[in-house]
Amino acid sequence: MSHQIEDTYDQFATEAARYGVEVTTVSSGEVSDAIAERIEPPAVGIELPWEEATLPESVETAPTPADIEAAATGVTAASLAIADYGSIALRSDLEGSEPVSLFNDLHIAVLHREDIVPDMEAAFEWFGDELRTSRDSAIIATGPSATADMGALVQGAHGPKRVEVLVLS
Amino acid sequence: MSSQRESKADHIRHIMETEGDAVGTNTRGFNEGRYESVAKLEDYEGLKDEARAIKEDAIERLPELIDQVTETIEDNGGTVYIAEDEADANEYIAEVCAQKDAERLVKSKSMTSEEIEVNEHLESRGVDVVETDLGEWVLQLAEEVPSHIVAPAIHKSRAEIAKLFNAYFEPADELETAEELTMFAREKLGELIQDADVGMTGANFITADSGTLALVTSEGNARKTVTVPETQIAVAGVEKIVPSVEDLQPFIELIGRSGTGQDITSYISLLTPPLDSPTIDFDDPETPIGGEDDREFHLVLIDNGRLAMREDEELKETLYCIRCSACSNTCANFQSVGGHAFGGETYSGGIATGWETGVHGLDVAAEFNDLCTGCSRCVEACPVKIDIPWINTVVRDRINTEKEPKMEFLVDGLTPDTETSGPDLQKRLFGNFEMLAQMGSAFAPVSNWVAQAGPVKQLLERAAGVTDQRDLPAFQRTTLVDWFENRDRIPPIDPDRKVVLYPDLYTNYMDVERGKAAVRALEALDVEVLVPPTSGAGRAPLSQGMIDTARTKAERVSDQLGPYVEEGYDVVVIEPSDLAMFRADYDRLLPDEKFEPLADNSYEILEYVYGLVANGADVSQLQVANGTETVAYHSHCQQRTMGLEEYSIEVLDRCGYDVTTSDVECCGMAGSFGYKEQYYELSMDVGGKLEEQLSAADCDHVIASGTSCTDQIDDLTGEDPLHVIELLAPPEY
Repeated sequence: MSHQIEDTYDQFATEAARYGVEVTTVSSGEVSDAIAERIEPPAVGIELPWEEATLPESVETAPTPADIEAAATGVTAASLAIADYGSIALRSDLEGSEPVSLFNDLHIAVLHREDIVPDMEAAFEWFGDELRTSRDSAIIATGPSATADMGALVQGAHGPKRVEVLVLS
Repeated sequence: MSSQRESKADHIRHIMETEGDAVGTNTRGFNEGRYESVAKLEDYEGLKDEARAIKEDAIERLPELIDQVTETIEDNGGTVYIAEDEADANEYIAEVCAQKDAERLVKSKSMTSEEIEVNEHLESRGVDVVETDLGEWVLQLAEEVPSHIVAPAIHKSRAEIAKLFNAYFEPADELETAEELTMFAREKLGELIQDADVGMTGANFITADSGTLALVTSEGNARKTVTVPETQIAVAGVEKIVPSVEDLQPFIELIGRSGTGQDITSYISLLTPPLDSPTIDFDDPETPIGGEDDREFHLVLIDNGRLAMREDEELKETLYCIRCSACSNTCANFQSVGGHAFGGETYSGGIATGWETGVHGLDVAAEFNDLCTGCSRCVEACPVKIDIPWINTVVRDRINTEKEPKMEFLVDGLTPDTETSGPDLQKRLFGNFEMLAQMGSAFAPVSNWVAQAGPVKQLLERAAGVTDQRDLPAFQRTTLVDWFENRDRIPPIDPDRKVVLYPDLYTNYMDVERGKAAVRALEALDVEVLVPPTSGAGRAPLSQGMIDTARTKAERVSDQLGPYVEEGYDVVVIEPSDLAMFRADYDRLLPDEKFEPLADNSYEILEYVYGLVANGADVSQLQVANGTETVAYHSHCQQRTMGLEEYSIEVLDRCGYDVTTSDVECCGMAGSFGYKEQYYELSMDVGGKLEEQLSAADCDHVIASGTSCTDQIDDLTGEDPLHVIELLAPPEY
């Protein structure tokens, strides 16, 4: 791995930590166990797009609305991360990654190390090509859902209260 | 007090009492966060320039972009409706809901939807509308309107929200903490979103190339609003379109920092509707989600005056606004009253004058436009560099012009302005300050005794709304120009520099001592100084929205000082608000060939002294500190916007003083503002923060740079602060 990639990773982890997001590196083979250790049941998820990176049995991968409502944890892939903001990009898809990442208290996002870009400019170069071609949608998520509308900062307004990121090496 | 001024004063007092504390705490928090967050950017100014350029280009090409975005979104499978006005937009939205047999529409926060009052319209058609942003929901329950464009319930404290929820819902266990209130709202709103038929959002930006809506949020309610129901409606002003996805980048980096002081908000939704995500049908809980859904999307692009604003050279800049709220948070007056006083039907804060004029009309803007004092602190805070004070000045001028000119014999004699129609007497009195100063000086000290005398003060208050709570400025019989002409002193034979010291009205007629100090300091540093009689800079009429009169003054100043500049003289200015005229406002009032030489060769007095000292002048010629001397320094608002505070601090430091600075954005006096009876209490409230800081600093000297600041500090603390140059100038010859 080049130094540049390593620096970008470190910066991402440091920035994400400012929002209380824990970032951990795992190999594809380890990801299933790593998720299993972290989830609070019941959990829903969407299959990961990387070979060998599978979800543990305990994650429901064909969730119904009732599963989504009941889920304490949602597991999805992230398409991109932006190092200097500690942000991840969550792409919407027909499988339901968007609701699975949203209606829960804990969101576990799985990211590939090569998909961490250094800054917002690089991220928007990527979004530009992707969105013009695919006409897809994505969320740039930074830390958990938050509000200060009730007189003090509270995490978990409508979305997750906690976010964890697993980075595939 | 006239009944109109009295009711304004009552309204402001009531808002300060009931909402001032919550608004003050929150806006100051946002404002501090902004300073911290933008400081982390490598190239903040460059990013602002980029954002500005994108908006300029987009508004220039707006008709073309509207066509492009329409085509793109329709290609994607959505519908675009261009609504001419509020009624048109509401009718269309109601029709979409009717076709869907919609019983409930859930909304994420959108100021544009507030502008068209879509909630009321839909409710009249039997649709249950639920605001899902927690702040908006609180207001919906309380039946109140937003007091801030980003944090709508900023005027409500946690305790008030708890009281509201407990009374409204009567929960088994009383709600108290922010955590409890938030979780309660999440659950309640979650249920309401589940059964919703239509989701409505606004849009912070819309890209013409991909048809993507960018939504800047933190709670996650916008995501749910979009994801759950089958039908999505987005309402947005036409000005929200930018050409490409890449154009979003500078805005995404700036908007959270500029507004609430967050580097980035929790969620930036990049929605390219109709959304490729399964709907969640909670009425069919056991069928797994997934696959293609029959999603419907409507973008309602709202004109409602915007295309006319685009054709209006002065209001056009308003369309660059990205609604970040920086101009509200940084505004000293807004910090005291919030948007329920400093706002119109929908929008609030400094930029609201532009929006309300364009969208709802001049009458609405006239209600609050005076609360912009032109302090200019919002100019550097604005991520798209809108000259917000100028928009306020132009609108003030238009409000003046709309009024019928009044023939007032006595006043016309005292007010030789070039206004063709009718600013009110209060504005004309302050706008013609130069004439008052000339007469006041000519008849001093009698004029001062008369002005301070009870009957005259009462008359001024009754007729012109000049508060009797303050001492009026005392005019000096011997002006700075007179003193300079008559003094017996041989100029330096081989001066290092040649300077024209501009005798601004305040220095020339009232605060002559600071003028003398400036002359002494400059001469001590081997500078040749001239103080020629010169016209007022036009700050006073400009601040009253009397642009023609200000332009006449600007032309005179340029004619009088131009020849000196041509001969190689530097122009040195003591009053920061007048230097800001030369450097910025004259760009609007004079042709380039007159504006540029003056702007390029004018300096604030301490900026100039710093330049001399940095180039080898002997600082010990000034009044250096005697041992450890401490000073509490309040820099003038416009001086800070020009980036000149540092020079005063640096020179003080080199002269051995230990400096503590205030960080309040403005003293609250702002020229005539604090003398107007309807704003006196607000002015003192704003000043209260400055007083706190100055007394906490507990220094040997209190010094300031502007006339207004010194007058205000005098009224607040009873001690007459010096101008920086008075502290530093060598003693009298």
